[in-house]
Amino acid sequence: MRAPTLAARAYARIERAIVPVLLIACWEAFSRSGILPPALLPAPSQVLVAWADWVFATDGNTQTYSGRWIFDTAASFSRVMAGFLLAGLLGTGLGMAIGWSRPVEKLIEPVLQVLRPIPPVSWIPLAIIWFGIADRPAIFLVFLGSFFPVLLSTIHGVKSCDRNLLRAGAMTGGTPGRLLRHIVFPAALPSIFSGLRIAIGSAWMLTVTAEMVAVKSGVGYVLWDAYYFLRYDIVIASMISIGLLGFLSDFIIKRIAARILRWQRGSILQAR
Amino acid sequence: MTLIAIDRVSRVFDDPARKTEVTALDDVSLSVGRNEFLCLLGPSGCGKSTLLNMIAGFDHPSRGTVSVGGQAVGAPGADRGVVFQQPTLMPWLPVWENVAFHLLMTGAGKAIRRERAQRFIDMVGLRGFENHYPSELSGGMNQRVGIARALLMNPEVILMDEPFGALDEQTRMDMHAELVRIWRESQSTIVFVTHGIDESLALGTHVAVMSARPGRIRELIPIELERPRDPTSAAFNDYKRHILSLLRPEPASCGADGERRHGH
Repeated sequence: MRAPTLAARAYARIERAIVPVLLIACWEAFSRSGILPPALLPAPSQVLVAWADWVFATDGNTQTYSGRWIFDTAASFSRVMAGFLLAGLLGTGLGMAIGWSRPVEKLIEPVLQVLRPIPPVSWIPLAIIWFGIADRPAIFLVFLGSFFPVLLSTIHGVKSCDRNLLRAGAMTGGTPGRLLRHIVFPAALPSIFSGLRIAIGSAWMLTVTAEMVAVKSGVGYVLWDAYYFLRYDIVIASMISIGLLGFLSDFIIKRIAARILRWQRGSILQAR
Repeated sequence: MTLIAIDRVSRVFDDPARKTEVTALDDVSLSVGRNEFLCLLGPSGCGKSTLLNMIAGFDHPSRGTVSVGGQAVGAPGADRGVVFQQPTLMPWLPVWENVAFHLLMTGAGKAIRRERAQRFIDMVGLRGFENHYPSELSGGMNQRVGIARALLMNPEVILMDEPFGALDEQTRMDMHAELVRIWRESQSTIVFVTHGIDESLALGTHVAVMSARPGRIRELIPIELERPRDPTSAAFNDYKRHILSLLRPEPASCGADGERRHGH
């Protein structure tokens, strides 16, 4: 094979950026063309100006939000983390118990199977009357949304644990508790992590939803509040912020998983 | 001195879908002495793995008793090390942790596990691969890890279920030599399941030839060949000829299960 030409190498460097840049350019051109009133679809440049002020308090164009981005983000992030961690711990624990023990499965599964199809957002009214307007209803909602993906993947992971590994464990003199901890749990980890990755997605979705309705802070609240003031540039800046935060948290989980599951290297084809 | 006593053991499997019963083992008696290397030899379906699983405690007789060291076998335990057909290692643990798995199961600390593992890693010739994961090793190397894991428990008996079946001929022969050396060094007792006549004659102090449907022991043959054994020698081939004659279908029982096996 020939060595790649200079042009080919230059192309390879910008390959990923081509479609996003084109999209943004088209959007900018479309917004400026005057087909729609500029207030309804702010141009990317305008969004950037609003966003810059929201983050760095550059010119005060976002008024009360000016320079508040980090606080709004932190508020949303802490809710996501609280609900997600709670769901992760409980989902993994309960999932292990259900997957491992038939009696536990028979006792708990029917209830869970009925609760599971109820969309987490439909809990909002009850969440508000139980917890009021603050962090807790949002955390509760995030928990509901993250819990079931983690639970189901854990159950699946435990049940698909190779029986021969358990035989090997019994042969080496393991008690049921040790088999659970040293064989079943590590065997289920890949599955648990894929559940966690689905869960972090729902967690962001539900934080934003909860903040629109039941909380007076956070990125979701800013989004909905800006809508009332017809500041669509801030609405779009919030949307992109949420997208980036969701991407970042998924990326962190992916990195942690890659570290803990490094034994899978070589045995599993992983798309880069 | 008898270490393993198998006394009139039968094992019947129910087949609820067909409402029939399959007799895997029929009235089998066998005793294995300390330091013996017994090969259970027979065609597939003769119940040799079932017999091994009953010694291990993974399966239980329908009739009769299995005892090891005078104790009736109940659950699996660390006094009977098993080397499985597949290596059956924990894929998330490096070699040394797999070798020391028994110590993890008994709650020993990391330093002790690491130290104890080394002797057995050296014994199976895997020095330098302590921190590799099973997915990074070849099938033969993984099988060695499995053997080291069983040896570390210092078991009364090591049970091996066609452990070299998946290996190529060259590697298998190397593993045979290795296993004989380990067996002598560790002074252990081994029960080894195989369907290879050459393999059983290369390894065993005794070969129990089994027949299928229902599984019975045709003959228990003490093998008096010098080691290292030469598979081209006349004495080796005398044994082989004898075993082959035993493995040919018995005309009387052949019609009973309606299946004819040809000795080609």
